[in-house]
Amino acid sequence: MTTDATPKLAAPIRRRGIEAARAQQALWLLLPTLIAIALVAGYPLYRTIFFSLFDANLTTPDERTFLGIGNFWFTTAEGVQLGFLQDPKWWEAVKNTMLFTVVSVFLETVFGMIIALVVNTAFPGRAFLRTAMLVPWAIPTVVSAQMWGYMYNDSFGLIGRGLLGGQALLANTDSAIWALIAVDVWKTTSFMALLILAGLQSLPTDMYEAADMDGATKWTQFWRMTLPLLRPALLVALVFRSLDALRVFDVMYVMLGPVNAGSTSMTGYARLQLIDNSLLGVGSAVSVAIFVIIMVIVVMYVTAFRVKFD
Amino acid sequence: MNLKRKNPALYYLQRTGFYLLVAIITIYLMVPFLWAVLTSFRKSGDLFLQPLQFVTAPSTLGNYRDVFANENFINGLGYSLLVAVGAVAISLLFGSFAAYALGRFRFRGKSMIMYIILAVSVFPQIAVLGGLFTLIRNFDMYNNPLALVFSYLIFTIPFTVWVLTSFVRDIPGELEEAALVDGASPLRTLFSVLFPVMMPALVTTGLLAFINAWNEYLFALTFMGTRRTVPVVIANYSGATQFDQPWGQIMAASIVVTVPLIILVLVFQRNIVSGLTAGAVKG
Repeated sequence: MTTDATPKLAAPIRRRGIEAARAQQALWLLLPTLIAIALVAGYPLYRTIFFSLFDANLTTPDERTFLGIGNFWFTTAEGVQLGFLQDPKWWEAVKNTMLFTVVSVFLETVFGMIIALVVNTAFPGRAFLRTAMLVPWAIPTVVSAQMWGYMYNDSFGLIGRGLLGGQALLANTDSAIWALIAVDVWKTTSFMALLILAGLQSLPTDMYEAADMDGATKWTQFWRMTLPLLRPALLVALVFRSLDALRVFDVMYVMLGPVNAGSTSMTGYARLQLIDNSLLGVGSAVSVAIFVIIMVIVVMYVTAFRVKFD
Repeated sequence: MNLKRKNPALYYLQRTGFYLLVAIITIYLMVPFLWAVLTSFRKSGDLFLQPLQFVTAPSTLGNYRDVFANENFINGLGYSLLVAVGAVAISLLFGSFAAYALGRFRFRGKSMIMYIILAVSVFPQIAVLGGLFTLIRNFDMYNNPLALVFSYLIFTIPFTVWVLTSFVRDIPGELEEAALVDGASPLRTLFSVLFPVMMPALVTTGLLAFINAWNEYLFALTFMGTRRTVPVVIANYSGATQFDQPWGQIMAASIVVTVPLIILVLVFQRNIVSGLTAGAVKG
C-alpha cells in the first residue's frame, strides 16, 4: 500500500494523487455497467456484423460459408438477384417505414403541441385532462395494437364496421399503413405532449404579460415567442420520436402478421429474414443496414445540436 | 376579462370553442381504451350489436373468468413479472454505481463513456437480435427467462444510467464531502449517503424501466418458445377454435395487464414526467 507515504508529500502532488485515486474509483464503479453493455450490446453487435458477411442458417450457424457483401448485393451467373438490397420487398419496407416516421412524427408534434397548449392554460378540469393524457402512453404497445385491431375489424369494430361500413382496413396494404399511423399517433402523442408541456412550463410568464400589454395577439405570441423558445425541447422530442418510429416493430407485427410486417417496417423485414426464414446471414445484413441508418441519424443529431457532456 | 365586458358574444364563442376542443381531446384520448373496457364486459354473442345497443347490453364477468382460467396468461404474468423485476433490479444496482461515477467524479474518458451509453440507448434492438439469438442458443438459454433478464439490460441499463446521472448531478455536493472527509469509501458513501437522497429518483427510474421491460415484445417473441411473457400471450391470444378471435377475452386480458400500469402511472405521475424529461430533454 502506498497510502502511508502520501501525507508527507507536498500539497499539489497529494491532490494529484487524490484525483488519480478518484479516477480509479470511478472506473470500478463503472465496471459493472461497462461489462454489461459489452456483453448485451457490444459482443452481440459484433456477431451480427460477423454473420452478415456469411451465408449461414439460423439453426446451424457453425456451417457457414464466407460471402463478403453477398448478403447485401449478389447476382448469380444465371442473373438471380440474391442480395437483400435487390429485393423490392426491402425497399417497400423502407418506403413504408419512412412514410410512417415522417407522417406520424409530424402529426404527433402538431397534436402534441395543441394538447400541451390546452393543458397549459388554466381551466376547470385541467388536472383531469393532464391525467387522461397519460393513459394512452401507459398502455403497452401490443395491447394498443390489439385494441385498434379490434376497432378496425370489419365485422365487429367501431371503425371498421361503424365508420367505414365493413371495410377491412388492414387487409389492403395501401390503407394499412395509414391505419397503423393512426395507432402510433394515438399511442405516442401523449409522450410528445408531455415533453412539450414541460418545455412550456419553463417559459418566463412575465414576457407574456409584457406582450399582452403591447397588444400582441395570442397568435403572434405563439409564433414569435412560444415556438422559437420551445425549439430546443421540441427538436429533442422530435429526434427521439423519429428514432423510435424508425425502429418500429410491435404494431406492424401484431396487426399485420410476420409476412405483411416484412414489407411494412424495416425491422419487420429483418426479423422475417432472420427468424421466420432462418436466414441468419441475410437477416444480419439487414440488421446492420438498420443499425447504420439509425447511427447516421444520431450522429447528425449530436453534431447539429452540439450535444456536450462534461 | 376585458373581452367579457367589451364583446360578450365573442368571449362566450371563444370559451365554447375551447371547451369543445377539450372535449374532442378527451374523447380522442379515452375512447379506444373505454371501448376496450366495455368490450371486456360483453358476451361474445353481443359483439355483433350496433354500437348503441352494445353499450346498453348486459354486462358479464365471463371474459375475466376465462382469462384467469387460461394457464398461458397466468404463466405469462409470472414470467413478465420475473423478467421485468430482474432486469430492473440489476439495472438500478449497476446504474446507480455508474451514475455516481459519472455525476460526481472527474476523470479522463468520461465524455467518451457518456457517448457510448447514449449510443446504446438509441440502439435498434434488431441490430443485436441475430447475435444474441446465436449466443443464447450456444449457452442453452433458449426459452429460459434469464435470457430475457439478460437481454433486457440493453435498454434498461443505458436508460437508468442516463436518468440517474442527471439526478445525481442535482444533489448538493456537501452531503458526501462530509462522508469523504470522515474517510468513508465511495461504496459506503453511495449506500449510506446518496441512496437515501436518491430514493425518489430510484423509484421513478425503476418504474419507467419496469414499464419498458414489461411491454417489450421483440426479444420476448424471439428468445422464448413456450414460456411466453404477457405481451406475446396477448398478441397470440386464441380461442377455442382456430377461426374464433375471442375479442372479449383479448380485451379482458389487455385490461388486466394495463390497469396496474395505469394506476402506477397515475400515482407517480409527477415523478414520471420529471423522469421522462430528464431522460429525454437533457439528452
